[in-house]
Parts: sequence; structure tokens; C-alpha cells
Amino acid sequence: MRFWIGMAITFAAACGIVAFVNFDYLFFAGYTILMFVMLATAWNILGGYAGYVNFGTPAFFGLGAYTAAVLYKAFALPLPLQILAAAAMSGLLGLVAGVLTMRLRGIFFAIATIALVVIMETLFINWRYAGGATGLQLLRPALTPPFESYIKMLFLLMAGMVLASIALARYIERSWLGRGLRALRDSEEAAECSGVPTLRLKLFACTVSGALMGACGAPMPMYLSFIEPASTFNLNYAIGALASPMIGGTAHWLGPVIGALILSTLQQIVTVTISSEMNVLVIGVLLVVFIVAAPDGILGLYKKIMAAIRK
Amino acid sequence: MSFDLLLEAVLFGILLGCFYAAVSMGLSVSFGLLDVPHVAHPAIMVLGAYCTWVLGRWGIDPILAGVILTAPFFLLGMAVYRFYYEAFEKRGSEAGVRGIAFFFGVALIIEVGLILGFGVDQRMVEAAYIGKSLSFGDIRLPMRTLAVFGVALAMSAVLTLYMSKTFTGRAIKAVAQDEPALRLMGANPVRIKQWAFGIATAAAALGGAMLIVIGPVDPGMDRVYIGRTFAVVVLAGLGSMTGTIAAGLVLGISESIVLIHPDLGASWAPAVSFTLLLVVLGVRPQGLFGR
Repeated sequence: MRFWIGMAITFAAACGIVAFVNFDYLFFAGYTILMFVMLATAWNILGGYAGYVNFGTPAFFGLGAYTAAVLYKAFALPLPLQILAAAAMSGLLGLVAGVLTMRLRGIFFAIATIALVVIMETLFINWRYAGGATGLQLLRPALTPPFESYIKMLFLLMAGMVLASIALARYIERSWLGRGLRALRDSEEAAECSGVPTLRLKLFACTVSGALMGACGAPMPMYLSFIEPASTFNLNYAIGALASPMIGGTAHWLGPVIGALILSTLQQIVTVTISSEMNVLVIGVLLVVFIVAAPDGILGLYKKIMAAIRK
Repeated sequence: MSFDLLLEAVLFGILLGCFYAAVSMGLSVSFGLLDVPHVAHPAIMVLGAYCTWVLGRWGIDPILAGVILTAPFFLLGMAVYRFYYEAFEKRGSEAGVRGIAFFFGVALIIEVGLILGFGVDQRMVEAAYIGKSLSFGDIRLPMRTLAVFGVALAMSAVLTLYMSKTFTGRAIKAVAQDEPALRLMGANPVRIKQWAFGIATAAAALGGAMLIVIGPVDPGMDRVYIGRTFAVVVLAGLGSMTGTIAAGLVLGISESIVLIHPDLGASWAPAVSFTLLLVVLGVRPQGLFGR
């Protein structure tokens, strides 16, 4: 119950900000931060619960963005339908990738997902209709009445999608699905022997994780009014999606949320004040430090500290 | 596609393939034999290329510079492995996920460090054999590619002989085959692995020198080479040295055919290695010469 009240309050707060604040940069930056929260949450379903390291975030995110852009160009589809279609396409890609990499674990799975990114990028570079290497300029449609600016609408939309994906991740974590995924993370053989349907669970996690990433990418062409392969399939999305749960903690749905909020807020600050290279360096260093010194992330540290205080 | 063009593509592919095999040799040891998820291998290679560039500004020939660099990189490799061992392998559980993320972070730090130090511009070196080419009838082969081909052959031969003929080389293979047995014989597997990782990193340094001889280098280049090196090592069958050469040739020839093909061309070339990798992983994960 407390969770749902928290969700409602957060959404109300987002609505309040949209209604009363008139500072466009806040929404531009806020959109990016929310986007990384959603990517991290999606990543954690496969990477955190099931223990499969996925470097392929840009492939799913980018496929979602391109699906939305192409559908908009071809049929001028409204944004909600674009998002659904993007989720379906990226979910399908997740399923296909899951079937292809069925027998792979650990590093082999990770490398296969990098391969996915490069292959998707090459496909879209060579697809003329979608703009090829130079990209595609898109005109935003007219605004729908309650919103006075497009970026505010996208911000609220992203806030809604983030809350929905957090609720979904929490549901998976607490149901038999999450228990099954944790079992296969710890030992795939032992889980299989105890009757856990490991293959089906793995495919489920790949599909859901991919679909969420795709949905997250769908509003991107509208956010930028532009889409282009090199930045859409940029490995920096993979870095953000992987580093946030690792820093926040992978065992609990709150971990990726905390990690992504800290990382991408820091990212916004460093990018604005120093440089965007410096911001990637900060993520890299934080990632390595946390993996080595605090394997369970901030949540793990918090638990340890609380346990020490109680003693 | 005409026969002459195909012949040229195959010939160029063989030269390129030997180069790919040579830059993958180090990964074949660190990942293939030691099972370290070394995604930072290409980043270390690019670091080696930049060190070669720095030495080149003092008038040192790039290939000589690559040979000189093997010594400091050997020590660097030993240190990296020691750290990896203490932080992950020793603790055991869940080393997989965190080990991969760790090396990913290291690659990122190297890449951004190079951008901050040298900028995003491409760098190249100068030497007598760069910029000229040799003609055989209608076929012209650039001297720089031939020079790299020579170094690649020599390096592959030395490493293959080292792994199969010397005591340490055999010890490294023994660690890969059965670590507990080695431990029972009274040998220290960690020291052998540390040595092997040093060799792998030294090979990456020389690979970096070849990389900057064969063409201009920029800090983000490691991303393409993740695909190429892992494709070669996986296709070879983890840790097989002769397999590495064969797999390098397969990749080199397929890439150069795609490059020369009139309907495909350069924009499809980066996907070749990754597609090959996916196909091998999906169809025959143990590779051509798998153990």
C-alpha cells in the first residue's frame, strides 16, 4: 500500500511541476534523467534479477526510437500507438535475441548483445527510407489542449512510463517469476533440476526488458525532432543502463532507480559545468569503484551500515 | 563481381586476416585460456597505439616502438590481473557479472582518458614504408599492410611456438585445462596466470603498434575491435593458436569481400565481424577448433 501511495504522490508531483513551473531546461534535463531511470529499471530485470549482462541497451532503445520515427513518417501515427509499436518491436527483438543466445552465458551473452547493437546500427545506416547515415528530420504534430508545451507533455509521459515500469519490475521481483530468475542467476543447473522453467523465464526476461527499453526509446525522435543512427545506437545508453543498477544495487527494484537518479543528475551537472567526456569518465570511475568496493551497491552499503548501527 | 576484383579482395583479405589474428592473439590467451572476460583488450590495444604515436614523435619507428612497449605493458598486464584476482576471482561468487562490468569500466576509462589527453582527432604515424605501395601486375598492395603482415606473421609464430614448446607456455595451457590438478602438483596457478596475462597485454601493445601502422587511430576505435577480436577468438575455439590464425583469415577475407563488393561497401563492413560472431555463437559456440 505504501508503495502505491508513494507512486501516486510522485505522479501528482510530476503533474504539479508541469502545471506550475515554466522553465523549459528543467523539463529537457528531467526527461533525460527519467529516461535513464526507465532504462536502468528495464536493464535490471534481465541483468540484475537473472544475472545476464546486457550491453545491448542501445539496440532495443534505438529500434524503439526508429520504429516510432518510421511509423510517424509513414502513417503520422499518434505517440501512444508509436510507443506500443516500439515496445512490440523491441520485445520481439529481445525474444529473438533470447532464442539465438539460448545456450550462451556470462561473457558470451554480453558480447552477443554488443553484436546486436552494431548490426542494428548498420541496418539503419543503410536504410534510405529511415534517413540513412544522415538522419531524419521530423516535425512535431500540433499540441493537444491541456498541454501548453510539447516538452512538458513528453516529460509527463516519461514520468508515467517510468512509474509503470517500476511497478512492473517490482511485481516481477516479488512474484514467482522473480524467485525463478534469482534461482537461475545463482545456478542454472540447480534451478532446472528443481523444476524451474529456466529457458522460458530467461526468454520472458529478455522480452520484457527489451520491450521496456523500446518503449523508452519511442518518444526520443519527438524529443529531438530528429533521429540519426550514430547517436541513437550510442553505447553510452548501454553504459548508463548498466552502471546505474550496479551502483544503486541490483537485488531490489529501488537500486536501479537510486543509481540512475544519482548518475544522471551528476551527468547533467558535469556535462553542463565541465564536459561530456568528463561525464563518461565519472561514470566509468564510479562503476569500477562500486564494483570493486561495494558489490551490492548503495542499497547493500545502506543495509550494512544499518546492521552495524543496530549492533 | 569480376574475377580479378575477387582475387584482389582475397589477397588483401589474407593480409588483413593475419593482422586480425595477430591483434587477437592476446585475447586468445587472456580470454580463451584464462577465462578472464577481458572486454578491455581492444582498449589496451588502442592505448598501445597512442603510446606508439607518442614514441613516434621522438623519431622512433612505430614497429620498434611496439616492441619496446611490450615491456611496460607486460608489467601493466601483471598488475591488472593481480588486481582482478584479488577483487573478483578470489572471492568467487558472482564474479561473472561484476568481472565483465569491471573490464567494461576499465575500457571506458581508457577510452575517455585518451579523448581527454589527445582529443577525438585521428592520429597517424610516419615511417619509410607508410604511404607507398607495391604493384604485382594489376594488383597494388600498400607497403604498410605488407609491413604489418610481416610483423603479424612473426608475432603469431613466436607466440604459437612459445605456447607449445616452452615450459611456461605449457604451464599456461595446463592452467587452462585443469587448474585444481595443477594446484595439487604444487604449482601456483595464480602466478602462472599473472605471467600469461602479462604476455597477453604485451601482445596487445604490439597489436596497437600494428593498428596505427595500418591506418589512422582514434580513441573510440576499441568498440569496433571488440567485435573483431572476440569474433576471431570465439571462431578459433577458445585458446587455440593455430585456430586464431585460421579464424583471422576467415574474418579478413569476408570483410575485404564485403568492402570491395559494389552493392555493399564500407558502410556494411563493421557488421561483418559481429554477424560472424553471432552466427558462430548461435550455431557452433565451441568454434572451428574447439576444445
